[in-house]
Parts: sequence; C-alpha cells; structure tokens
Amino acid sequence: MSGNKKAFYFLLIPVLLWLVLLIIIPHIDLFISSFKVDGDSSSAFSLENYTIFFEEKIYWFTFLNTVLYAIGITLLAFVVTFPVAFYLTKVVDRKYASFLTLMLLIPLWVGELVTIYGWVIILGDHGVINESLKWLGIIDKPLPLLYNNFSMSIGLLYMSMLFMTIPVMTTLESLDDSLIEAASDLGASKFTIFRRIIIPHAMPGIVNGGIIVFMLVIGDYVAPNILGGKSNLWFTEQIYNQFLSTFNWNQGAAFGFLLLVISSAVIWMALKLSGQKLEKVGS
Amino acid sequence: MIRSLPNSPLYKYGYRFYITLFFIFLVLPLIAISVLAFNDSNSIALPWHGFSLDWFFANNDNRVGLFHDEDLLRSIWISVETAFAMAILSTVVGTMAALLFEQEKFKFKGLLYFFAIAPLVIPGVILGISILLSSSYVGEILDTKFGIDTEVFSPGFWLVVFGQFSFGATYALLLVSARLKKFDPQLEEAALSLKASRLQAIRYITIPFLKPAIIGAFAVTFIMSFSNFNTTIFLVGSDPTLPVELFSRIKFSSTPVLNAVSFMIVLFITIVATISLFTNRKK
Repeated sequence: MSGNKKAFYFLLIPVLLWLVLLIIIPHIDLFISSFKVDGDSSSAFSLENYTIFFEEKIYWFTFLNTVLYAIGITLLAFVVTFPVAFYLTKVVDRKYASFLTLMLLIPLWVGELVTIYGWVIILGDHGVINESLKWLGIIDKPLPLLYNNFSMSIGLLYMSMLFMTIPVMTTLESLDDSLIEAASDLGASKFTIFRRIIIPHAMPGIVNGGIIVFMLVIGDYVAPNILGGKSNLWFTEQIYNQFLSTFNWNQGAAFGFLLLVISSAVIWMALKLSGQKLEKVGS
Repeated sequence: MIRSLPNSPLYKYGYRFYITLFFIFLVLPLIAISVLAFNDSNSIALPWHGFSLDWFFANNDNRVGLFHDEDLLRSIWISVETAFAMAILSTVVGTMAALLFEQEKFKFKGLLYFFAIAPLVIPGVILGISILLSSSYVGEILDTKFGIDTEVFSPGFWLVVFGQFSFGATYALLLVSARLKKFDPQLEEAALSLKASRLQAIRYITIPFLKPAIIGAFAVTFIMSFSNFNTTIFLVGSDPTLPVELFSRIKFSSTPVLNAVSFMIVLFITIVATISLFTNRKK
C-alpha cells in the first residue's frame, strides 16, 4: 500500500464508522421500527402506527400545530433579529460591534435549560414582570403570562433566534457599503435599498438561519414542556411520551419518522425556492 | 442608513431604542437568574427578601446550597466528563473528515458528505431516538444470541457520548473545513517532495496550520455537549447530566439552588466570553 493510500484509509475509516454506525444505520432502524407493532413478535410489516396517527385527531392536529408554530417562529425570528444583525454590522460604531456581538453569543453558550428557566422566573405569578407591575400599581392580580402559548412562543423564539442573527450578520458583513451609498446618491428610498439591495444580498444567510431555526423549533421539547400549558399541543412531546412514558417505541419511531419527513420537506423546499444547496447551510 | 450616510434623528434614535429593547430581552433571563440566586427566600422568584449566600453554602433542614447538593454536583461532574469525551471524539473525527472531504478524491464522496452534514438539519430528538433504537437492538441480539451482556449498548455514559458525538463531529468538520479552505496546498506539496509521507505532512504541516480551528472546534463541541438536552434525554441512564437534572428539578422540585447553579454557568460563560473578546482584540 502506498503512503498516500494509507493516509486515505486512515482518514476514511473513522469517518465511515461515524456515518454508518451513528447516522445511517440508526435512521434505517427508525424507519423499520415504525412499521412494527408493539408486542407483536412476528416480524410482519404493518401500517398500524401510521393509521393510528391519521385516525386520532389529537396526533395529526398536534403535528400540524407544531409545523405551523415552527414556521411562524422562524418568520418572527427573522423580523425580530434582522434589524439587530443590520445594526451590528452596518450601523453601530465599530468600537462596540465586537462587544455587542459577543453579548449575542452568551445566551447561546449558557444553554437552553438555563435560559428557559430564566423565563419561568420572569413570567411566573411572582415573576419579575408581574411583581414589577404590581409594585407600580398597574395591576392587583398577576397576569397569566406563564404556562400558555404566549410563554411557549417567547421561549421558542428566545432559544432559536440567535441562530438566525449570526448567519445573517455573516452575509451582511460581505455587503459593500458603497452599494448602499450609490443607491442612496441616486435617490433610492430606504425601503427600496432594503428591498432591492440588502435583502437579496443577505438571502443566503436568511435561508441558512431560517433552516436552523425551523429545525430547532420543530424538534424542541424543553420550551414547550416547561413554558407551555398543560394542554398544549407539541409533537415532540408525543414522541417523548411514547418513548419515555408508555414505552411504545414503535409508535414513537413512526412519530419520529413523520417529524423527520416534514422537517426535511420544509428544508428542501426552502433550499429549492432560494436556489441554495444543503452544503452551504453550515458555512 | 449606514455609518457613512446621514440619518434623520427619528431613524437614529428609533433604531437605537429598538436595539436597546432587544438587548434587554436578551439579558433579562440571565440577570433575573443571577440576582435571585442571592435572594434570602425559599421561592425561586420575587419578592426580594434580602441578600443571602444560603443557596450556595447552606446545609440545613430547610436549605441545601449548591456546594452541599450532592446530586447536583454529581450531575455537573458527569456533564464535564461527557463533554470532555464528546469534544475529543468530535474534534478528532471532525478534523479527519475535514481532511478527507477537502483534500481527497474518492467514489461516493458527495453522498458521504451529505450524510456528514445531515445532522445540521436533523432534529436532536430524532438522533436520540434512532440511536437508542439501534443500540438497544444490537444489545438485545448480543444478549440473546451470544449471551454477552454489554453495557455500552444500554443507556448510560457512553451512549450519551456517542449520541452527542453523532452531531458534534459535524460542527467540528465545518469549523475545521473553513480554515482548511485557506490552506495553501503548496506547503504540503513541498513537504511531500522532500520525501515526507502524506501522514507526516498532515502531522507536521497541516495540523499546526489548523490548530486555532481545532481548538475552536473543541470549545464549541464541549459547550454543545454540556448544554445538550434533546438528544441526551433518550440515551441517559441512571447518571443524569446537568441539563437532565435541571429539567427534572424545574418540573418537580424547583428551589433557588437552581438559580445558584444557573448563576455559576452564566458567570463561567461570561468570563470565557470576556477572555475571548480580549484575545481577539490583541490579534
């Protein structure tokens, strides 16, 4: 074996082990398990897990609800953080830019559990907001801010939005200021500059960020479970229940597979519509 | 609109106001946690009952502070061990994958690359359940057919490490690839023409060049592991990691000791972030 070949196999084998054992085989297993019926030891394939999904309204309705929420939170994350990304790359004094960018990273690094817990403290009946409003004499009884769809949405937005901001900032950094200056000199309004120059240039970042945000929200369990209400409808909770409470793994596998299909389909559509490739998402 | 163009005061101050609101939204949970960690109260939220270090140091019937809370301390230690193992594995295999995909040509490279970056868009729950399914399947076969009782395949430390590594390697691959793209291949060619083997060239030329990215990948994957919940929850055995322990405490028994541990995490991350700000500034 020549030295080059040796190096090639030295690199290839660990990578193959990773991909085959931890990515490819488990997903095939997920697919196969979803066609098996719990308690039935015969290896016959059955569609039962999927028919249950479509027959029980609670399942498909939760599924639909989750997908729509994930799309909504993704759009919201764009609207909320795009001005911030633009400000940090194009407007703020460069002195402060790196400091403020670092501030964006801190909640990400601290992690979801801690920040979601922070929102429990803020939104609860004796939380920061209710106690402040009481102290100011605006309310007598606490507002119902926690354990509903409002608090769930805040949590989902908070834990995902920075994954939109950072790729958008990367694309905006590569936008030459003189393009904006030229457009402005030629009399373009702010709105026109925004629509015709800034958005098209930032599009790859917006799509990358949108894909990551969507995937994080649709697969999240912590924010819906901790901040959402008792009767809230979130699909990953159904998957968790099947795996960790009722131990019907095959049913859970079918739910998991459906979640994988819908998230891949939405991501694929986003890539098609924007003419991008998956290879670019990570960069 | 941008630094070089004149702006109306309304635009300027309106924009600044929005950015201020955004950053308040961003740091509010972190500040609320940190302040209330020092509240002399048995409730996690307001009202404020005065300053106290009880939730760090107390050890009596009413209050058990962080430094006497055996379960919590143990979960922190488990998280550190897990993160260390996961970050080393991810960085090593991710770097190998970067070298493989950037520098080698082989059949099915595109397809393998697709699988390597797929974890970016696969929700963490799915990775968790599919790895749980296949590992328990393999464990069962080994047990029933061969009578081998293997702990590696049942939920526990190593399954968590491998589950997190399945996506950690993807991030390491992307971070190292980004730097490898800037590598001048002539450097390696020079080494090869001086009779170095390919592996020697990688060891003495390429790896030193990649060092900053490799260190970065280690740090990023370490933090990812330390805060991961969605994949970990399915693979964890009787030794919970910190996020898993936090989750069950938030759900079932929250005391301000949660604020104390969250405060320690926020403090640690802020210190790391400040150090990185100053080291970047020096360059």
